Amino acid sequence: MVEERVASLATRSIKREAKMWALRTAISMTDLTTLEGMDTKEKVRQLCHKAIRPDPTDASIPSVAAVCVYPNLVGTAAEVLGGSSVKVAAVSTYFPSGQAPLDLKVAETGRVVADGADEVDMVIDRGAFLAGDYVKVFAEVAAIREAAGDACLKVILETGELGSYDNVRRASMLAMAAGADFIKTSTGKVSPAATPAVTLVMLESIRDFHRNTGRAVGMKPAGGIGSAKQAIRWLVLLNETLGVEWMTPRLFRFGASSLLNDLLMQIRWLETERYQSPDYFTKA
Amino acid sequence: MVRHDALAPRPGTGPPMWEYQESRENPDLAGIRDRSGLWIDGEETEPLSGKWFSTIDPATEEHLSMVAEAGPADVERAVGAARDAAAGWAAMPATERAKSLFRLARLVQERSRELAVMDTRDGGKPIREARDVDLPLVAAHFFYHAGWADKLEYAFPGAEPRPMGVVGQVIPWNFPLLMAAWKVAPALATGNTVVLKPAETTPLSALRLAEVAAEAGLPPGVLNVIPGAGETGAELVGHRGVDKVAFTGSTQVGKEIRRRLAGSGKALTLELGGKGAHVVFEDAPLDQAVEGVVNGIFFNQGQVCCAGSRLLVQESVAPEFVDRLRRRLSTLRVGDPLDKNTDIGAINSAAQLQRITELVESGQEEGALIYQPPCELPERGFWFPPTLFTDVSQSHRIAREEIFGPVLSILTFRTPAEAVERANNTPYGLASGVWTSKGSRILWMADRLAAGVVWANTYNKFDPASPFGGVKESGFGREGGRHGLAAYLRGVG
Repeated sequence: MVEERVASLATRSIKREAKMWALRTAISMTDLTTLEGMDTKEKVRQLCHKAIRPDPTDASIPSVAAVCVYPNLVGTAAEVLGGSSVKVAAVSTYFPSGQAPLDLKVAETGRVVADGADEVDMVIDRGAFLAGDYVKVFAEVAAIREAAGDACLKVILETGELGSYDNVRRASMLAMAAGADFIKTSTGKVSPAATPAVTLVMLESIRDFHRNTGRAVGMKPAGGIGSAKQAIRWLVLLNETLGVEWMTPRLFRFGASSLLNDLLMQIRWLETERYQSPDYFTKA
Repeated sequence: MVRHDALAPRPGTGPPMWEYQESRENPDLAGIRDRSGLWIDGEETEPLSGKWFSTIDPATEEHLSMVAEAGPADVERAVGAARDAAAGWAAMPATERAKSLFRLARLVQERSRELAVMDTRDGGKPIREARDVDLPLVAAHFFYHAGWADKLEYAFPGAEPRPMGVVGQVIPWNFPLLMAAWKVAPALATGNTVVLKPAETTPLSALRLAEVAAEAGLPPGVLNVIPGAGETGAELVGHRGVDKVAFTGSTQVGKEIRRRLAGSGKALTLELGGKGAHVVFEDAPLDQAVEGVVNGIFFNQGQVCCAGSRLLVQESVAPEFVDRLRRRLSTLRVGDPLDKNTDIGAINSAAQLQRITELVESGQEEGALIYQPPCELPERGFWFPPTLFTDVSQSHRIAREEIFGPVLSILTFRTPAEAVERANNTPYGLASGVWTSKGSRILWMADRLAAGVVWANTYNKFDPASPFGGVKESGFGREGGRHGLAAYLRGVG
């Protein structure tokens, strides 16, 4: 039934003003991400400028929500983004595998926050989770929560490794109970990454957690969302599961890199009814 | 520019929603003509009755087309044409019959948008359902049965399957084209010829199907379509030239037909009403069960014979389940059936709306608690909001009678045995659904539920290979699969 519900919502037809609103909102929800071994300071600086001003020719286009980088590059991102509305997000806890002792993960988290990260994207220990050691998973998230201080904590479940919707739901509940501000599908390093079906299961978990505790937790699908059309489908899922109160960057993010330019291109199409060459959109 | 009015919250108990702009399918795609004559002997023809009636769009009450009404002389003509064509069609090499049906299936696929819009306009169902459920299933039924046409000996080893001859078929208005396909595909594949009477409120797509079938190379007289009301149907099923009658519709009419046919030597299959029960156990994945229950009762505005119109939910999770259900109801989009985002369309006719309204009023009078999410219904047309009843007793009319509308009666149970007893405590026996995480319980329940179909952790799943039909007052005979073929063959036991 999860897949059926997702398939049925995928047929929602979003047009004109409703579409324009979705495209602009999606931009403001994007965590513009670069997580590659070959990332350089210059690459991150370019990305940060793009994040602040996604379309140099149209000042009405909102900034993205955050730029997400490896711990080494937090300082660089913080330099460019300082004073803008765009947050600095750092992956932490030995992303993407999380296979490291807890004290190192705590230290890493403390460091990225000290270097200027506003947001921390941690991974859970999938090995411990799949072995049934939920106490360990909970304790780690709680420890990182503490180490992250006031930073916004996003907990990556890596749903592509969890094996079942039941596990996705259980991991969601664990992460939220341990203090996650956001739950996030994937590192982007494992396939499948974010699928609409796991997103729906996580959104339903968020709804139930909110009903039981009154605390609103955010959702971040990440990995594999490259087109505006996909992004709109995700917003429909969000809209019909949690409602418009969740349709804000405070509670919903897209972890993506190539998505931004497609959103910009579709906005231009809606305005002019013409597709512009990709050459008109800056590569970060 | 950002339009914040897109964010205007909708009133209701659920969260405020982002409003989707209307996305309307083009109504002209249906190609509805001013006049729609009878289809007899391979051509459109004027009715000898001289009578025409108007078919309307139930969402707007606008007139769509003047449709010919078949009188006794027209039934005579249609049955005669089917009779004349019967020997040739039965003697034709089965591979040739199969080819016509394969061609028909492909043409249906090619013209599915036209046919979907036609059913939506003539019947009021959401275009999303017509497009994504009805039409794919129509094509699937023709493909599936086309495949059987030259393999009947293998379906019934050791037997000598022979066609019945002329089949008289009467279908309802809830799935106008799909019910036609369920009836016509197996009848033709097994070598019978057909006289089909579509429902009086939804005659257009069956007539169009006959045209498409002629295009596919079906010989004249093999498929005849004669619109009309109850009298036309009675004339058809009673006609001495008809060898077999297949009827889908109300239990009341089914009983009349059975009485009428007793001693006539005609074969008969009946697919009648239902009062399907969803049984939700406490260990079920509740969100998924909510989706299934919503699909079970609000699909096609609940105008489905196998609709899950009773919900039996285990007491321990009942309040939470009902809460989730209410919330989900508030996200259903009721309105223009041609809008691709509509979940719940129009009620098929004024008469049906009146029946639903009357039964819902009886529910309130008898003391059940009604819940309807606030939703704005269009001023013209026939509309009924999605409705839940809690505090329902087994003796309430809304728990016993088939409502055939978007109305769910919620009862509770404590033990599996009690669930079975309550689920079976109805004259009907068409379909039911079981929701649990425990596999052994599914099998235990399926053994005990008196219903032709038991769905486990899903609902309203149809496939041409899967026999569908009822027990008790929901009828007899199966449609689909080998069992469905047997209903149109002699000599197969």
